[in-house]
Amino acid sequence: MVPTNYYVILSAILFGLGVFAFIFKRNVITVFMSIELMLNAVNLAFVAFSQALGKLDGQVFVLFVIVVAAAEAAVGLGIIILIARNRQTLNVERVDLLKL
Amino acid sequence: MTEPLLVFFILAALAVVGAVSLILQRHPIHSALSLIVVMVALAGLYLLMGAEFVAAVQIIVYGGAIMVLFVFVIMLLNAGVEERTSLSKMAGPAGLLLAMALAAFVAATIAKSGASVQAAAQTGALSSTKGISEMVFKDFVYPFELTSFLILVAILGATVLAQREKS
Repeated sequence: MVPTNYYVILSAILFGLGVFAFIFKRNVITVFMSIELMLNAVNLAFVAFSQALGKLDGQVFVLFVIVVAAAEAAVGLGIIILIARNRQTLNVERVDLLKL
Repeated sequence: MTEPLLVFFILAALAVVGAVSLILQRHPIHSALSLIVVMVALAGLYLLMGAEFVAAVQIIVYGGAIMVLFVFVIMLLNAGVEERTSLSKMAGPAGLLLAMALAAFVAATIAKSGASVQAAAQTGALSSTKGISEMVFKDFVYPFELTSFLILVAILGATVLAQREKS
C-alpha cells in the first residue's frame, strides 16, 4: 500500500514541471503539450484521493477531465494550424499581434 | 521495501524523467514521445491504485488518440527544432525558480492536509469499472450528456478553424 501523500507529491512535481515547460518552451505545440502534462498531474491527484477516500467520484471526474482535454486538443490544434498558416511560424514570440 | 512501493518508485521515476525530457528535447516530436512515456507511466500508477478503467482510458484516449493528434499536427506543419532567443534564456532560470516554488508550495500544503485524508482512508479494492459505470449513468448522467455536446462543438470548431478559405 503506497501512501496517498506520495502520489500527491508526485502530482505536484509533475504539475510544476508542466508549468515550467509552459513558461520555457518556445514552440506552440510543445507549450500545448505542457498543458496536457498539467492536466495529467491533476488527474493523478484525483485518482489518488479517490483511492484514499474509498469513493469513485474522483475517477469519474478524471473521465470528464479526459473528455475536456480531448475537446481542447482538437480545438487547440486547429488554432495552431491556423497560426502556422497565417504567420508562417510556430514560435510563440513571433505571435505578438496583441502586444503593444 | 514492499513490492507496491517499489513499483511506485519505478513508475514515478519514469514519469518525472519523461517530463524532464519533454522540457529538454528541442524537437517537438521528441517532446511528444516523452509525453507518451509520462502518460504510460501514469496509466501504470492508476493500475497500481486499482483504477483499471481509468488506466485503460488513459492509454486509449491520451496515449492513443490525443497524442496521435499531436504527432499528426507536428508532422503536418513540419515543425522543426525550436529556436532559443534572449527572452527564452531569461525564462529558463526565472521559470524554473517559480515552478519549483509552486510545486513545493502545493506539495507542502497537500502533504499537511493529506494526514487527515489518510486517517479517513479505508483500504479495500473498489470494483471500479462497475462502480464508475453506475455513477456515470446515474449520478452524473447530465454532465455526461453535456460532454457529448461539448465534443460535438469541439468537432465543429476544429473543422471550421482548420478549413481552407474559399478562394
